[in-house]
Amino acid sequence: MATATAARDERLRPTGLGRRLLSRPELSAVCGAVAVFAFFASYTDAFATATGFANVLDPAATLGIMAVVVALLMIGGEFDLSAGVMTASSGLLIAILSTRAGLHIGLAIAIALVAGALVGLANGLIVVHTGLPSFIVTLGTFLVLQGLNLGITKLVTGTVQVGGLTRAAGYHWADMVLASTVRIAGGHYRVTILWWLLITAAATWVLLRTRPGNWIFAVGGGAAGARNVGVPTARTKIFLFMTVSTGAALVGAMAVVRLTSMQANAGIGQEFQYIIAAVIGGCLLTGGYGSAVGAAAGALIFGMAQQGIVFAGWDSDWFMAFLGTLLLIATLLNHYIRRHAERAKR
Amino acid sequence: MTGPLLAVRDVGKTYGSIVALHGVSTEVHAGSVTCVLGDNGAGKSTFIKLLSGVHQPDSGRLLYDGEPVAFASPRDALDRGIATVHQDLSLIPLMSVWRNFFLGAEPTTGWGPFRRFDVGFAKRTTRAELRAMGIDIRDPDQPVGQLSGGERQSVAIARAVYFGARVLILDEPTSALGVKQAGVVLRYIARARERGLAVVFITHNPHHAYPVGDRFLLLNRGRSMGDFGRADITREDLTRLMAGGAELDQLAAELPSGA
Repeated sequence: MATATAARDERLRPTGLGRRLLSRPELSAVCGAVAVFAFFASYTDAFATATGFANVLDPAATLGIMAVVVALLMIGGEFDLSAGVMTASSGLLIAILSTRAGLHIGLAIAIALVAGALVGLANGLIVVHTGLPSFIVTLGTFLVLQGLNLGITKLVTGTVQVGGLTRAAGYHWADMVLASTVRIAGGHYRVTILWWLLITAAATWVLLRTRPGNWIFAVGGGAAGARNVGVPTARTKIFLFMTVSTGAALVGAMAVVRLTSMQANAGIGQEFQYIIAAVIGGCLLTGGYGSAVGAAAGALIFGMAQQGIVFAGWDSDWFMAFLGTLLLIATLLNHYIRRHAERAKR
Repeated sequence: MTGPLLAVRDVGKTYGSIVALHGVSTEVHAGSVTCVLGDNGAGKSTFIKLLSGVHQPDSGRLLYDGEPVAFASPRDALDRGIATVHQDLSLIPLMSVWRNFFLGAEPTTGWGPFRRFDVGFAKRTTRAELRAMGIDIRDPDQPVGQLSGGERQSVAIARAVYFGARVLILDEPTSALGVKQAGVVLRYIARARERGLAVVFITHNPHHAYPVGDRFLLLNRGRSMGDFGRADITREDLTRLMAGGAELDQLAAELPSGA
């Protein structure tokens, strides 16, 4: 035992380039994004053009915003299955308030964001105070929201969708902030891309350069130890749940303003895409490790594969097979990294 | 030397009908190590809980700097300079050494929304503090999970020292370690003593206690079997008293030798 320990100690000393790179959780996702881009850029002509790339970034942006906030929550050791349906709840709420109740759309969006924060607060409080797995708690929230979306929409409109948002007061203002396009070098880029970049930058800054960022890693990596040294673990987790559902409310606002209507059954299944993008981006399913930049790169891979398959003229059914393979590779890689980082040496 | 920094006078603790600790006294001076020895169930855990503020004694009293004290909570004890390094160390394996070192007490710089974790200061300080404890970690960015058990103990000890501990309570820091790693940790204990800390070292291993101890409190079934100064006890006595020497002798007689 003693000699084995001593031998391992000797190997611990050198800090190789390999390990330095491995300690960057976003590395594999960024490399993967470059590889996927290179593949489709060489395979199809339409991909690496201004128009083609604008088409890739469009779906990647809203997915990316959610992947980043979901990544924060996953680093904190929790899941949120209600995030996908929350985007629809937010969109429906905005549409109903601004078209049926006659509210200014800015006010409607503000109310939706607060409602989103409250859903996150509920998720967080239940998880923290009952100690139940967030998987189950947010599955419950998911079903409740799904039921409310359908029930309330039918009650208010008699159909399963709310539309006519263009008539709402202040629509042009909301459209400019949340859904407009900017023409750069011939491609029409959505303003959501800017939101995505800003949120990724903000999340990275919080994670790596603030006290709460340190706490997020700690509550995911070892909540009991974190509590012992005075980290407010309950507050940190509740804050993360609120960040995710507020982010979902924002993405819902982007969707409803852009489409000018919202289906009551929208958003279902999206929550898994967020989690998949975060995992491809280097987040561990068990918490304590991951990055916002990685999650953003994961969303980019998602968008590139989705559009690239269309550009390549393949059947889009292949997308799911590609996604599944990617997810398995990413999970295996993450698992290896975790074992590497956590290997106990006594 | 002046009076003891922390003195325990005839304390007792009962949990319901169970007497966990009864009539135990000892003391620890600044710049010395008091070892608390005992087998499983001897009351070591209860003793730590009284010192670290998790529980309050039912009888007897604690004197801190000569004044009677009652710690309301572990936080209270910590604020007064009594730091406890628990067996689980409260280190997060996936996080880097410097992030762990300042976890829960991160230094910040800037103001308002730009108040941020002073990463440069944290890295520099972690490296300097560990070096002062005699451990050279080349890369404070290394996750704690990659450190050896002894190194992890040293990080936890260095953290307690840095955050102003005057009394350092170490809960079985050597029990999960191999022989060589235990030696490394004993060296850190000696180093903490040299830096003027009062160290309370809890262990069940007299061979770990004797080389660093200045005072030895022996517990058995919640009672004190003696509180000895270093001059008053030999390693052999300590070993015999500790493991219940008579029981070991009997065991040796019962087991056929060389089988």
